[in-house]
Amino acid sequence: MRVLLLAEHDNAALKPATLNAVTAAKEIGGELVLLVAGQACRPAAEAAAAVPGVAKVLLADDALYAHRLAENLAKLLVQLSGDYTHVIAPATSSGKNVMPRVAALLDVAQISEISAVVSPDTFVRTIYAGNALATVQSAERIKVITVRMTGFDAAPASGGSAAVEAIGAAGDAGLSRFVGQDLSKNERPELTSARIVVSGGRGMQSGDNFKLLEAVADKLGAAVGASRAAVDAGFVPNDYQVGQTGKVVAPDLYIAVGISGAIQHLAGMKDSKVIVAINKDEDAPIFQVADYGLVADLFQAVPELTKELSK
Amino acid sequence: MKVLVAVKRVVDFNVKIRVKADGTGVETANVKMSMNPFDEIGVEEAVRLKEAGKATEVIAISLGLPQVQETIRTALAMGADRGIHVQTDVELQPLAVAKLIKAVVDKEKPEICILGKQAIDDDANQTGQMLSALLGWSQGCFASKLAINGDGTANVTREVDGGLETVTLKLPLVLTTDLRLNEPRYASLPNIMKAKKKPIETLTPEQLGVDPAPRLKTLKVGEPPKRKSGVKVKSVAELVDKLRNEAKVI
Repeated sequence: MRVLLLAEHDNAALKPATLNAVTAAKEIGGELVLLVAGQACRPAAEAAAAVPGVAKVLLADDALYAHRLAENLAKLLVQLSGDYTHVIAPATSSGKNVMPRVAALLDVAQISEISAVVSPDTFVRTIYAGNALATVQSAERIKVITVRMTGFDAAPASGGSAAVEAIGAAGDAGLSRFVGQDLSKNERPELTSARIVVSGGRGMQSGDNFKLLEAVADKLGAAVGASRAAVDAGFVPNDYQVGQTGKVVAPDLYIAVGISGAIQHLAGMKDSKVIVAINKDEDAPIFQVADYGLVADLFQAVPELTKELSK
Repeated sequence: MKVLVAVKRVVDFNVKIRVKADGTGVETANVKMSMNPFDEIGVEEAVRLKEAGKATEVIAISLGLPQVQETIRTALAMGADRGIHVQTDVELQPLAVAKLIKAVVDKEKPEICILGKQAIDDDANQTGQMLSALLGWSQGCFASKLAINGDGTANVTREVDGGLETVTLKLPLVLTTDLRLNEPRYASLPNIMKAKKKPIETLTPEQLGVDPAPRLKTLKVGEPPKRKSGVKVKSVAELVDKLRNEAKVI
C-alpha cells in the first residue's frame, strides 16, 4: 500500500489538520508520501519532511498552485495518483473542494470525512449531522478519502527526516483564476485546533457583544466560534461557524454562550471533552449535552466569568 | 442561458432521526421529508438569475424514487420552469448522481448547474465537484455570491476556512451553494397551484446510458456514543471551580 496525502499549508508551515490526517494515513498503513503544492512553499515541504513516518515529500512549487484552485490541483493529483492505493486529504474547505474532483476524474467513489479507520478499505464516517455512524467499505482501486481532524490525534511534527523531491506542475486547466480573499484577522488560535473554544449564538444579540466572549477567550487562550444563527445574523464572519456544515471542533473545553443547541450546531461540537453551556433558557437543548450548565443571563455571567478567571 | 438546479429529497432538518435497530440504516418511513436546505438556496439563486434577466429557463432535476417528484414540484412552485426526474430505486451515491446529471447536461446544455454544497442526510459534499470534473467545467463551491460578468466568465465568492475567497470562473460552471448565498423564498399558494401544471419529464438511468450501481458498501449504521448527562451549577464561581478542580481543563 502507498498513501498520498495532500498537505494543508500556508506555504510557510503545515496547517494542524495535516498532522491529524497523517495519523489517519498511518492507521491505513503502507508507505506515506506527502504532497506539498503551493508557491514558494519549500518551508512547508521541509516541515512535512520532519513529520515522523513520512517516507517522502513531493514538492510542487508553482504559481498554478498559489491559491490551490481545485481545477489545477485536481489535475496534479490525478497525474500522481497512479502510484498509490489511497489519496487522502484533511477535510478542510480546500480538501473538500478538490478531492471529489479527483475522485470523479479517476472514476472512483470518495469517502468523505472519515472519523476512524477500521481497515485499509473500511472506514467510519458520520451521517445525518453526526446522529448516526456509518461503517463503509470501498472496493475501488484507489481510495479517495477526506479525514475529519477531530477523529484523529495530531501526529508529532518533528523527529523525521524524509527526502523532499521537487516535481513539475501538471499544467493549467485554464478554467479558473484567483481574484482575492478576505480573511478574518485575529491573533487567537485556529478554531479547529484550539484547546479551548468559546462560542456565541443568537443570544449575543450583536456583533459588538462578541467582545464579551473575546475577553473570556483572551483569559483562556481560546478561539472564538459561533452558531449558524449568529453568522446568519451578521454578528461574525462565516469562518466562525461551528456545526454540521461549518467547522467541526473537539476541544478540551467548549463554552457555548447564548446558543440554544440546534442539532446542526451539536454536530459540530459534541465530541468536545468538556462542554459548558450558559443560557438563560433552562429548557435549551444545549443543556442536554453540557457537562456543566449555568442558567443565567449571559450579559451578567460572561463579564463575571472574565473576572473570576483573573483570580 | 439555461440553468439546471439539482434538488434532493431528504429527511427534514428538524426531524430527530432514529437509527434502525438492525443497523442497516436510518428510519425514513413515516418521517417528514423536505427539500435539502442547500438545494432550496440553489433553486432561489437560479430563479433570481431568471428574474434578473440573466437566465432564460430554470430546470429542476431530482433523482430516485417516484416521491422525489414532490421535491421537484416544490422547486417549480418556487419558480423553476420545468422538471426532470431520473427514476430509479437503486441506492444513489454521489458519483452516480454526478454521472446521471452529466448525461442530462449533455442533452439540455445549460450554462450553469447549481447544487447544494452538501445534503444533510449523507453529508458527503461531493456531487457538485464530481459533476464539474466529469463535464470538464470550472467549479465555484461553497458559494456566498455569484456575479455573471459579460465576457463569458463569472465571479464567485466562496466561504473558505479562513474567511472568503473570490475566483473568476470560465462559463459554463458548476456552483455549489453555501448558507449565505441568499434566503430562499416560500412558495405562494398561487405559485403552488401553477406548479402543478408545469411539466416534469421522467427519464431512466438506462435511457441516459449510466450504470447507477453504488460503489461503496455500507456495512453498518450505528448510534454515536451518548454523552453522560451533566450537572447544573448555581454560579459563575462554582463553574470556574469545577472547571479548575473537577474537570481540570483550565
